[in-house]
This record gives sequence, C-alpha cells and structure tokens, in this order.
Amino acid sequence: MDFGYQIFHSQPGSRLMRYAISANRLRDGLVVFFAPGETWVEQLADARLFDAEAEAESALERARADEKKNLIVEAFVFAVKAGAQGPVANHIRDAIRATGPTVRRDLGKQAAG
Amino acid sequence: MLWKNGAFVDDPWRAIAEGEDPPPAGHVILPLDWWLQERDAFANSNAPIGLRVEPGVSIETFLQDLGRVSLIALSFPKFGDGRAFSTAALLRERHGFRGEIRAVGDVLLDQLQMMERCGFDSFEIKDPTVQRLLSERGAPAYSRFYQPGAGAEGQADGPRPWARKRI
Amino acid sequence: MYRYDEFDAGFVKERVDAFRDQVARRLKGELTEEQFRPHRLMNGLYLQLHAYMLRVAVPYGTLDSRQMRKLAHIARVYDKGYGHFTTRQNIQYNWPTLADTPAILDELASVEMHAIQTSGNCIRNVTADHFAGAAADEIDDPRPYAEILRQWSSIHPEFSFLPRKFKIAVNGAARDRAAIQAHDIGLQIVRDAQGEIGFAVYVGGGMGRTPMIATKIRDFLPVADLLAYTQAIVRVYNLEGRRDNKYKARIKILVHEKGAEWMRAAVEAEFAAAPRVGIELPAEEVARIKAYFAPPDLAPRAHSLAFEARRRSDPAFAAFVASNIAAHRMDGYGIVTISLKPIGGAPGDASADQMDAVADIAERYALGEIRVSHEQNLVLPHVALEDAPAVFDALAACGLATANAGLITDIIACPGLDYCALATARSIPVAQRISQRFGDTARARDIGQLKIKISGCINACGHHHVGHIGILGLERKGVETYQITLGGSGDETCSMGALTGPGFSSEEVVDAIERIVDAYRMLRTDESEDFLTAYRRVGMQPFKEALYETSKGADI
Ligand code: SF4
Repeated sequence: MDFGYQIFHSQPGSRLMRYAISANRLRDGLVVFFAPGETWVEQLADARLFDAEAEAESALERARADEKKNLIVEAFVFAVKAGAQGPVANHIRDAIRATGPTVRRDLGKQAAG
Repeated sequence: MLWKNGAFVDDPWRAIAEGEDPPPAGHVILPLDWWLQERDAFANSNAPIGLRVEPGVSIETFLQDLGRVSLIALSFPKFGDGRAFSTAALLRERHGFRGEIRAVGDVLLDQLQMMERCGFDSFEIKDPTVQRLLSERGAPAYSRFYQPGAGAEGQADGPRPWARKRI
Repeated sequence: MYRYDEFDAGFVKERVDAFRDQVARRLKGELTEEQFRPHRLMNGLYLQLHAYMLRVAVPYGTLDSRQMRKLAHIARVYDKGYGHFTTRQNIQYNWPTLADTPAILDELASVEMHAIQTSGNCIRNVTADHFAGAAADEIDDPRPYAEILRQWSSIHPEFSFLPRKFKIAVNGAARDRAAIQAHDIGLQIVRDAQGEIGFAVYVGGGMGRTPMIATKIRDFLPVADLLAYTQAIVRVYNLEGRRDNKYKARIKILVHEKGAEWMRAAVEAEFAAAPRVGIELPAEEVARIKAYFAPPDLAPRAHSLAFEARRRSDPAFAAFVASNIAAHRMDGYGIVTISLKPIGGAPGDASADQMDAVADIAERYALGEIRVSHEQNLVLPHVALEDAPAVFDALAACGLATANAGLITDIIACPGLDYCALATARSIPVAQRISQRFGDTARARDIGQLKIKISGCINACGHHHVGHIGILGLERKGVETYQITLGGSGDETCSMGALTGPGFSSEEVVDAIERIVDAYRMLRTDESEDFLTAYRRVGMQPFKEALYETSKGADI
C-alpha cells in the first residue's frame, strides 16, 4: 500500500510561486477553483494562476461576489508551484483539497484523471 | 421593527441613550448602569420604565427593581451568545417577573420560538430579510417539545412528564 | 431498544421539514452563510476539506439491523459507498451534497434516526458503554437514562447556544467503557447503601487543547433528579462559562478557574432553587423507558462443544475469541467486537456492503442488535458461543474478522487532514503504517492490551490524551509533525498522557512507536503486565531514553 505523499513546500515569495483562488461550491460543497472568465472549475489544472499575491487578492474580491450570489462559500487565495503535471498547491492542506484524500486515491479529484 | 404575538406592532417604548433626559411620561428603556445610578430620581414617579441588560450581568444586580420595571430588554450582542436565554428563564420561573421580556440585538428568525419558550415575549427585528420573512409567513413554529417551557404550550399526550405541545 | 412513538416521530419530522426549508432559503439566498451555519450545524452538516460532511447520531451507540441497512443505503445512494464511525458513537458521511441533505434526513427519520445536535454549541449525542445491557459487570443499563437525557436535551430552548459544545456520557458497569471522566458531564451508575440506583456525577472533564479529568461533584444523585440536576449544571455553565475565547469556553475551564468547590456550590444552589415541574422523573416513567431496553430473553445455552473444538483446531478463531469476544452476563453467550481496524485500513471506515453484511449477521445470530463503540468498532452484544464460529466465518467473508480488539493495531484515529478542515496533520496514514508494522497477530498478542489513539489536531477527536500511547499531529513550517504522549487512559483509572518530548516527522513516527513498544517489552515484569501498568510502575524516563537516545526528534 502506498501511504507516501509528496509534500511540496517552498518559501513564499520564491520566484516560482504563483497564486490561485479556491472555494467550495454551495450546492454540493465540492472544491472549486476560480478560472479565466470569472467562472469556477473543478480541477486546479484549469484554474487561473496569478503571478503576484496582490493580484490574486484583488481578484478574490471579484470571486467573493459569487459568495453574495450564493454560488460558492469560503473563497481564499493560496500558493501554487509549477509541477510536471501542472500546478501543485504549495501547502499540504491545499494540495489535499486539490487532489482528494491521500488514503483513498479512488476518491476526489485525483479519481477523475 | 417590533415582533410581538405573531405580528409586527407599534412600539410604545423608546430606548434612551446614556445622558439623554427621559421623558416624564416614561415608556423608555434605560441602560441598566444608568438606572442603577439614577433610580432614586424615579422614586416618586409611576412612569413605565424598562431596563436594557447586557449578557453577563447577574439578575441579583437589579433584583430589587423587578417590581418597579415593566420591561426588561435582554441584549444579544451576537446570536451565538445564549446567556440571555437562561436569564429570561430565571426571570420568569425563579423570580416571577410578569412584565415584558424583549430580545434586542442580533436575533435570528429560527431562534424566536426558543426565546419565547424561555419567557421572551417581544423581539426587536433589525435584519430586513428576517422582517420580510416574518411578514410573509410568520415565525417558524414547532409543535412538539421535549421539555417544559414558557409560552403557549401544554402537556403533550402520552406518559412523558417532560413532553409539551403547542396550543 | 427504544422505539419512537408518534410524538418522537412527529418531532423529528418537524425538524427535518424545517431544515429542508432552511436549505431552500439558503440556496435562494434568503439566508447568508453566516446565518445558515448554526442551522446546518444543528443538523450535523459541516463543510469539510473536500465537501460537506453529515454526522449522524447513533444514540448511546445502539442500532438495529434495519437501521444499519439504512446507513448502508445512504452510503450507497447519497455518498461514495462508505461511512466513518467516530469516537462519539456517530457515523459520518464525507460526500453528501447540501441539496440532498434533507432527503437523507428523511431516510434517517424513516428508521427513527436523526442528525440533530451532532454539532454546534449544544448538548451533543449522549454516549454510553457499548457493552450496555450485555456486560457481565453491569450495575444497571445506562441507556434508558441516556435516552431520557437525549429527549430532554433535544432542541432545548435554553441550551442551544452554549459557550461551546457539551458532551454527556453515562456508564453503568464497574469498568468505565464510556470514558466518563473525559466528558463535560460523566454519570456513573452506582447503588447507595439501600441498594437504590443513582448516579455519581462528574463535571468538567475533557480533552482538546487543555485536557482535564472531571471532578466528582455528587456522590449519589437519585434517578428522579437526573434532569433537574443536569439542568442546573448546564444553566450554571451557560451563564458563567467563558465566551471571550473559544479555547477557554468548555465547562472544564470554568471548573478549573473557579474551582471544584465553587462549581459544586453553584450547581447545588441552582438545583435547590429550580422548580421540578415536568423534569422530575416519576418512577413509573423511568420504568416505562427501561422496559424498552429490557434484557432480551436469552435461553441459557450449554457449553458448546463445537465452539471448543473450533477454538482448539483453528488458531485464527482462537485469536478472535481471545481478543474480540468479551464476557456476557449470560452463560453460553459472548459479546462480539467487530473490528473496523483491518491491518492497514482506515480506522472506523465501513463500506456499504460491510454494513449490510453486519446487519444480516446481527439479524441471523444476534437478535438484530448492533452497537457502535467509541473505539470505532461495531459490537454484536448477544451472540451464543455456539454460533460464534458461524459469526466468525461470516465476518471473515466480508473482511471484518480482524482479531485485534484492544490490541496495538486496534488504533483510534480521527479523519485528520485527509478530510477535516480543522486538521493540522494527517492521522489515518499514520494509523495505517503502525497497523502494518505490528500487523502480525502473534506479535500483537504478545504486546497485549495497548491503546494507540491519534488526533490530527489539538481538538483531540482521536482522544490521544487518553491513549496509552497518544499521537497528536501538528504542523511545523508546513510539514506534518507528530507529538507522542504516554500513560493516558480513559477508563475508571482515568489519566491524561504525558508528552515524551520533541515530536517526530511522519517518516520517524512509526519507528518511534516501535521503540516505545520494544522498551515496554524489555521493562515489563512478565507478559501479564500490560503497557499501561508497566508505564505507571516505571514512569516516563526509560521510554524517553529509548525514544531519544538513538534519534533526535524534530524541534517542537
Ligand atoms: S482532532 Fe482535529 S483533525 Fe481530527 S477530526 Fe478533530 S478537528 Fe479534525
């Protein structure tokens, strides 16, 4: 059984660091990411990435408009890094949100691929 | 807006801020501290007086005034601060207070019946959505309870002494 | 077991209908998330890492086959084919949608279940000894009292917005299997000099950030006063408990800050002053509720030759009997623990198929009765030993015959960072790796009774403070780190574990546990001295040496 889980972690402000916005969809609670065109997508690979944290924070304001429209809840900005298969969340918590439970590889977003 | 007995009603009471002169005719709600300092000034007045009490204040502080005041406004700074539920219950069941107990502050639609069951009988509603929902369909009202409470209820059918139903 | 009457059914239906309405209002935007949150929590619905999570109460851990089948059905239709049994005698579904929740609650209501008050700052699901009604050492069945408390505390108008959550546990046997001293209120059933049943009342126990063992504030509370006295405790707490800091808001902090004497005096004064109308328990009413839990009519069964023969000839069955079958009050019967801790599995998880299988086995061999234990296992409380081989075979056929109840691989683990939004580290993978390391049955049996409990954050849902070995997952600079405590216990000798020292990385933690276990095996007087006894005899020092001599822990 594979319990390994690679933890990506680099210092904020690193040249490689980029930023994305995530939330949970109100209706089903599933993790979604803010995407180009101000829509929400289910895969981090399709998310809009921001080069600067400040840029992401200001986009967060627009993303939050969808909280008021009762589409999503709890939007927030998080850091990502480029990985071989696309962006990977920098912090383990965000990485698990973006993939699924590490103990059930058949569930969550990781199951879709 | 004031919700009372299942309807929005005109409020004969006015809340007075610290330092403001109360009108001699009364029907004013005074902050408790204000009242505690100035109550002697009302010694010869029959004007209806109400008190506004913040959570965390012991009833002992104004126990001697329960016969004098006609209304006690218990404040909910946040809807999650449930101390006033117990204060209301104590005012009714322990101290026999017969005046009006009013909920003021952050009051949720779905809390109204619980408040009523603790002895509240009027509710200051500030949230526009709650105002609209109340005017359209009234407060959510359950009909079965697992414990005795104040308000319009009686013993439920069946052997359980703690079960109550709405009348 | 308890059956709903028209009143109970009507009560639950009204609440489900109300929640359906609240969900509709939320989806239409008439309630903001902030306004909706208390309602969804009141109905057991959380927003977790990946999705919503619905926590369903199994009151005092008692279920029947029909209810278990419904839990399986919900897992299959509304979730992803499994559920997670928790340390609070609840079951959690990890993937329901908000829109489906009212339908799930309807399904639950159809088998007399609900999710009311499995969350929020109210009186939570009342828990009890999972061997209740069957144990050989029972003074009185705790479940009728837990049921009375469940009813009285349901949507209590005064106690639905307490400073924090509030947990009550009731134990009715000599052994404390309900960890009552680690609860906000712990009730231990006792008999007074006249032989009357009553309760010793403990207040202010709890785990979390500041673990505390409860204080006894009453030696004997008559049954009639159960609700009045509980009301007095909760009222004092509601008025006096701290609300300025959620980490200091549990009743244990109030008891700690004001002192046990103050608490006792305040509760007794409130108890003396409060009217009893409606909450005093008449003996006839207690008897009526008790009748629901009357011991089943078990015909005495002869000592079974088939059972003995199988035990002699089949070491796997013998191991199962040794660890998973406990003494029943009736000769010829046993209490079977169904371990939800397969080697390398996620503690407490059961698939829908396994739930159905347990329902079938219970129906066929155990009067359809099932229990959920706070140790995240299931229990068949009444099994004739004659049927034990058949039960064992049926369990083995669905992967549920792991012979490890109470052993080192019977690990408690909260969902941790794999599911939980509050987590600081994962707990399930650590449990899985420890389980694999000690997966050999002979080795686990040689180690003997050893409770490992793992929490993924300071909230301590994995009860690590009362683990003989406790593991707490934390985050240090973005990396998971694990602190170890030793010597905790949740039974009648309740103690909170002591920290060994610096924590360990995810890679190191299993080796660290092995070093502790090896040290214990060197230190024990003989095989009959279990880990906790040995620890209490020798203290922390030898374990510290074993842990830190060979490796340096991470700086924590
Ligand atoms: S202990 Fe922490 S991580 Fe584990 S379930 Fe509780 S809140 Fe979540």
